[in-house]
Amino acid sequence: MTLTPSLKEAMLSAVPSLRAFAISLSGNIDRADDLVQETLLRAIANIESFQPGTNMSAWMFTILRNLFRSEYRKRRREVEDTDGSYAESLKSHPEQASRLEFQEFRAALAKLPPDQREALILVGASGFSYEEAANICGCAVGTIKSRVNRARTRLADLLSIEGSEDFGPDQTARAIMAAGGRG
Amino acid sequence: MKEDDKPGRPGSMQTEVTQRKPRGRLGREVQNKIGQQLRAMYDDVVNDGVPDRFVDMLRKLDEEKKDEGSAA
Repeated sequence: MTLTPSLKEAMLSAVPSLRAFAISLSGNIDRADDLVQETLLRAIANIESFQPGTNMSAWMFTILRNLFRSEYRKRRREVEDTDGSYAESLKSHPEQASRLEFQEFRAALAKLPPDQREALILVGASGFSYEEAANICGCAVGTIKSRVNRARTRLADLLSIEGSEDFGPDQTARAIMAAGGRG
Repeated sequence: MKEDDKPGRPGSMQTEVTQRKPRGRLGREVQNKIGQQLRAMYDDVVNDGVPDRFVDMLRKLDEEKKDEGSAA
């Protein structure tokens, strides 16, 4: 398999969701863009191992995820402070209320164990099936399912979401205090 | 929640006491809220599209390749 223009197109069209995934993982835009760049370079260098007809995006997600994992192992300590740096780099959002929600949600997401966070994002935001997510993470489908469930439960706890309540100002304030208090 | 039903390995004496919350499963409503937030956050980045640096990078790689080709 050589790098044809259409493969290059497919790579580029995967970039927006790769970036979103990378930011969710790393909590930092600059690091995320570096990850995406490294992913593109690896994908190009290893294009022979891409199976024609399979999902280019899923293939690149696998590369990015593995890159992040090896980087994460190296700089575990550094990665701990993810929530703050992302919150600062967020571009201003037209609706302040929802911007605040974003930040809160981001902070809660950053508190999840990496396994759970990536599973939740792949299934809940990237739109991969449990099977695809399992392939990307190199684990069993059942493992992905249980990680996603645990991630949701933990997020609900962190954000103080009760079944019948809504995301009101009270929840917002509580979540911020909860997020700040443990840092 | 099939995971929970899996029998532990026969050899292991230590049965891990898993914290089974009585209210265990999250309601549909809560899941929807989390899903909405997650997608809003994600789509906010997706909507940025492809930053120029990546398009430029691929173009440069192409040019380098062409140069190599003509030099050979």
